Amino acid sequence: MKRLLAIFAILAAVSATALVTVTPALAVEPDEVLDDPALEARAREISKVLRCVVCQNQSIDDSHADIARDMRLLVRERLVAGDTDDQTVAHMVARYGDYVLLRPPFQPNTVALWVGPPLMAFVVATLAVLFFRMYQRERQSNANPQPLSPTDRAQLDELVERLAAEPRRPRRRSKLRSELDDPLGSAGSDTGDNGDGDNRAT
Amino acid sequence: MRRILLILPVVLFTILIGVLAVLTLQTQDGRDPSLIPSALLGKSAPEVNLPAVDGDIPGGFAGTDLRGRVTMVNVFASWCVPCLAEHPLITRLAADGLPVYAINHRDTVPEASKWLKIHGNPFTAVGFDPDGRASVEWGVTGVPETYIINAEGIVTFKHAGPITAKVLKDKILPELRKASE
Repeated sequence: MKRLLAIFAILAAVSATALVTVTPALAVEPDEVLDDPALEARAREISKVLRCVVCQNQSIDDSHADIARDMRLLVRERLVAGDTDDQTVAHMVARYGDYVLLRPPFQPNTVALWVGPPLMAFVVATLAVLFFRMYQRERQSNANPQPLSPTDRAQLDELVERLAAEPRRPRRRSKLRSELDDPLGSAGSDTGDNGDGDNRAT
Repeated sequence: MRRILLILPVVLFTILIGVLAVLTLQTQDGRDPSLIPSALLGKSAPEVNLPAVDGDIPGGFAGTDLRGRVTMVNVFASWCVPCLAEHPLITRLAADGLPVYAINHRDTVPEASKWLKIHGNPFTAVGFDPDGRASVEWGVTGVPETYIINAEGIVTFKHAGPITAKVLKDKILPELRKASE
């Protein structure tokens, strides 16, 4: 157990250092970088929200695809031309549609996308509350039983009477009891079937 | 009330499975969720000026060249194998009188000239786009890609991927007819 803990500790330490030291490889190539650091920083921020249209789920900032490079260059071209961040993004949306945005905007055709999950969560939560209440109500009614109705009472009395009238059946002797009375086990009796080696030998 | 509460999860799950089943079956009929609908559809063709590849290849065209009649714009490259596969069909469309403009995507002058010499040049004009800059204006996501532009210069259809005989019959020809109405 101690050794296992030690292995775990080492693994945790190694993965922690890996997380800290390893940074994703930069897709932006040196010849793309703008001279103005402020403009370049804006370009990087915009690149992070734009989707590489051939990679499906990577931003153009992460992607090494040719088309991602073309799009990064276009972003920088727009910024150098004096566009604001929003204008630059709008420029890309005009060419590639909303698909180019990694974070879909809230608009009529995306209502289901944005509202759906919270709505589902709400429905599930409501159902859970209803189920819980139902369960509690049941438990409470079990804890405080209602007095029997006159008909139920009469039925119960009748059953008790009938049972009392029946002759008592003899009680079966317990297995332990019979073994104590007859430790060697009489041949052919049911106590011999309990898998005991001694009994099988006889 | 109680009965409904117990049945509801099953009903919701059945609906979910049903929706997913329909979407899955649609992929068999050619629905490809990875294809991006073009943002250009219904808008005018981009006003990009493309230079010619070389002196002996008819070429260079601008957005204004795509007005006045139904045209097709095809994005191709010499290094693109599916482009070669669709080339005979494009050649046939051009021979039937359809003006087909080409965007030569991320290519070099010698490679593009050689390719056109070997496989024939059916294009009305070839625009040279060595850095993919103009392709971005067109919203190109890969090669080959084909656009249909009506007489008003509005993009009415986009097909990503090679034009096969089936695509030609089921999509391109009906769309060309629609565009010319």
